[in-house]
Amino acid sequence: MIESAIHFPILSLLIAIPLLGAIALFFFPNEEKEAIRLTALGFTLVNFIVSLLLLLYFDTSTYKMQFVERYQWIPWAGVQYLLGMDGISLVLMLLTTFTAVLAVLCSWTAVEERVKEYMIHLLILEVGMVGVFISLDMILFFLFWEVGLIPMFFLIGIWGGKRKLYANIKFFLYTLFGSVFMLAGIIALYLAHGRATGVYTFDLLKLYEVTYTYNVQWWVFIAFFLGFAIKVPVFPFHTWLPDAHVEAPTAGSVILAAVLLKMGIYGFLRFNLPLTLQASYALAPLVVLLAVIGIVYGAFLAMAQTDIKKMVAYSSVSHLGVVMAGIFAMNQHGIDGGVLQMINHGVSTGGLFLVIGMIYERRHTREMGDFGGLSKVMPAFAAFTIIIALSSIAIPGTNGFVGELFVLIGLFKYGVLPGAVAIIGIVAGPVYMLGMCRKVIFGKVDNKENAGLKDLSAREVITLAPIIVLILWIGIFPGHFFDLTRASTAHLAEMIKTNEAAMEAAGRTGRVSFVIPIKPRVYVGPGAFKELEKGAAPATR
Amino acid sequence: MTIAQGLNINLEAVLPVILTAMLALLVMALDFFVKKDNKAVLGYLSLIGLIIILPIAAVTVSPTAAFGAMVIADGYSAFFNAVFLIAAIFAVVLSLDYMKKIDSERGEYYYIMLFAVIGMMVMASANDLINLYVGLELMSMSFYVLVAMRRGSRGAEGALKYFILGAFSSGILLYGITYAYGFTGTTNLAEIARMGANLSSPNHYLLIAIIMLGAGFAFKIAAFPFHLWSPDAYEGAPTPVTALLSVGSKAAAFAFFLRFFAVSFEAFHPYWVTFLWALSAATMLFGAMVAIQQRNIVRMLAYSSIAHAGIILIGVVVKSGNAAAGIMYYLLVYAFMNTGAFAVVALLARGNGTGEAIADYRGLAARRPVLAFVMALFLLSLAGIPPTGGFTAKFFLLASAIEARYYWLAAIGVISTAISLFFYVKVIFYMYMKEPPEADPSAPVAAEPSALSYNIILLITALSTVALGIYPTPFMDMAIKAVKPLFM
Repeated sequence: MIESAIHFPILSLLIAIPLLGAIALFFFPNEEKEAIRLTALGFTLVNFIVSLLLLLYFDTSTYKMQFVERYQWIPWAGVQYLLGMDGISLVLMLLTTFTAVLAVLCSWTAVEERVKEYMIHLLILEVGMVGVFISLDMILFFLFWEVGLIPMFFLIGIWGGKRKLYANIKFFLYTLFGSVFMLAGIIALYLAHGRATGVYTFDLLKLYEVTYTYNVQWWVFIAFFLGFAIKVPVFPFHTWLPDAHVEAPTAGSVILAAVLLKMGIYGFLRFNLPLTLQASYALAPLVVLLAVIGIVYGAFLAMAQTDIKKMVAYSSVSHLGVVMAGIFAMNQHGIDGGVLQMINHGVSTGGLFLVIGMIYERRHTREMGDFGGLSKVMPAFAAFTIIIALSSIAIPGTNGFVGELFVLIGLFKYGVLPGAVAIIGIVAGPVYMLGMCRKVIFGKVDNKENAGLKDLSAREVITLAPIIVLILWIGIFPGHFFDLTRASTAHLAEMIKTNEAAMEAAGRTGRVSFVIPIKPRVYVGPGAFKELEKGAAPATR
Repeated sequence: MTIAQGLNINLEAVLPVILTAMLALLVMALDFFVKKDNKAVLGYLSLIGLIIILPIAAVTVSPTAAFGAMVIADGYSAFFNAVFLIAAIFAVVLSLDYMKKIDSERGEYYYIMLFAVIGMMVMASANDLINLYVGLELMSMSFYVLVAMRRGSRGAEGALKYFILGAFSSGILLYGITYAYGFTGTTNLAEIARMGANLSSPNHYLLIAIIMLGAGFAFKIAAFPFHLWSPDAYEGAPTPVTALLSVGSKAAAFAFFLRFFAVSFEAFHPYWVTFLWALSAATMLFGAMVAIQQRNIVRMLAYSSIAHAGIILIGVVVKSGNAAAGIMYYLLVYAFMNTGAFAVVALLARGNGTGEAIADYRGLAARRPVLAFVMALFLLSLAGIPPTGGFTAKFFLLASAIEARYYWLAAIGVISTAISLFFYVKVIFYMYMKEPPEADPSAPVAAEPSALSYNIILLITALSTVALGIYPTPFMDMAIKAVKPLFM
């Protein structure tokens, strides 16, 4: 059943295209590498174009889910095939389909072995990522979440670097550990909703309609938090990220940075905030604390790195701390900035991994000390790298500036201390990023091996050009992007405000400091679930 | 009323058993006429027979208990009969090539396998402890012989361990039956249930009976600490027998004991639930943790099968209709994914008994991409990763446990699943991410084994594993319908 204005299952189509691509590639002979690459590129491009079509029909004035498709799947357990999207899903979906095209392009010459399998894994990865952003049924969401994990496991494990096995096991165990908790949270929510209303369903829109008791919210928040915080990753769950980034092939790093990490943040926006609002509100100081630590800690670790890729990986930890801090500042500016910063991070860090991949393909090293003076040998490469690096450190005029500005406004509104500490981390950005540019791009060509390097090929320029366009477009006309998500973020901010007012009316003042205001009631033992069993009082928001 | 009416002779209730027995006897008779190097003919005959019996068994349902209430052929037993027959069909197909490879092709192999299936069917539809015992012994005796079919010390060791411990546990089980009979004066399950419900306080003799029957049950499903036989028997047996042993005999034990615990001894639930709770938790954790250290893939799958038994036991503890349906669904999925994994093992094993180390799977993906892919699929399904059947089945069981408020048992189930990921993923690691072993120049270049029978099995099991994960509704509906009369 398609419950939308356009009578066409466009969201299913977005899942089906890469899946069909993967199946089609299965029948190609292994030796036809060029044909395999072109086919994969074709399917990802078509998917990107179809996702752009969504923009024509998308209604930016509502936070409600659009293009909804609903089919019964396992009726007696309340599982449905339920798809739909709002503004936040839309921008992340566009980022996904866009990144998939770049991922195929940047693997053109970098991957020569087992090309067919590689491309199949990339396309299945796209299926999982697209599915995550548009599922409105929790089981369906979980399914796509895991589907995205397996191809990544193979991408790192087969085409990765020297320590790929170690990095891979770490990545896999961390994420699976998180998703097990997430599943527990999903089931708890399902039961709490069922006991409150008598309707057992995994339908997210139905689950939204109930306000759960604080204790249920607290437990569900923690379960989801573990699942999503590992994925983001929030300090102190970040240790898998640098290893995975360094060992992954270029396309793997790009997708990991641009999309997979966003799945965690999307989870916070889609599940934690709306479903467990009161618990989120109460625990926000803790999350902001971790996020701010991440901003500073990631930045300082990035300064100490000599491997370019590792440096960018740690800068990712710092940037994602910014996003998390923005969202858990719990006000309109913070959430707006956080959502935009998600896209910015995808574009600029994705871009950085692309240029690192290009230079690594030429020199097979990523040590900053091995380079120097590349601006003389590879002027185009130098220009692209510098623009992307500037966007990453949020120079005005680039996309990063707008996002960080809004996050900081939100964060200062939330409290001066976290805002001030976050600034320290953000100021450290130029130190490591420009330091890298100085060592790699400027100076003299003092290593003979660098003297003969070829500048970017046409394909590489085509890969990087859209990134530059996006950097400037978001930097100069951020309104175009804010408009897409504004209705959804405004709805979230409105919910938070209403809740805040209700709590003040009830005599419980909100929190300003890092101290947890409402003492979380933690029981150990079966008694912990007593309130869960009682369920929640049905009430509409 | 004639005697026949009093006994309620209803041949329909035992139709699948009769048909399988006829098939087994036919194979046995023909064995005398088939030449020694032609025994595969008997395998094909058994295969065709089983394929014909499968649809008949799946739909044969006669609601009332027959033969003096000894046998009950309800939807529940029909579902299990289908699982046994599916597992047996796979085992026979695998045997066609494998027995030739290990040079043990014999006629009696096939009809003894059929006898084992008859034993399983008798257990699934047993409504009486005597009938259970007959079925159990028929199945066990057949398996003692089947495990010993591989020549050499490994087969003998496995079979002897299995036989001695099995005989011992049968004795305990029989002892438990005498207690039940001694107190209630009947061996009929429904009668025992009536007596139990009438008691105001627990009867110690009945509790002893429950414990002893429970121990016999724990032995059959290889629950910790009754598991000692299983890794050796699994390793020693011909791989197709291992597949049937791990799927069929386990499913048969669950089929009867779910009926026994949840229906006959429902009144005693508060007593046996503690015993089974601890058994389930210990089995899950033990199986998963010990499997990590295994170097031989068959032994690893043996311990993994122990862990799976622990997880299925959750359903017996929970004892609700949803949990029972979950068990049935789990066993159905298990029949496909486990047989699939054993099929790959059987395909890659060499005649002299090597090729079963996990290290031998190094670089398999480079040599045989499709084979490595399906093996990865089975392993991920065993580990419970969506979108495979293993995830769906595990999800149903754990959800039923949470629904019935067994939170800690569900949590232990989740933890054991997380631990077990490690060893399943390790094999995938070896297949995809390690370099293949250096070829030994002195060894003769072995042709890569492959046979049509394997391809068919792998295709069917792989497709079913995925299909059961993505679209469980029809089979789950069937299971729920089947358990309704038992749990309402």
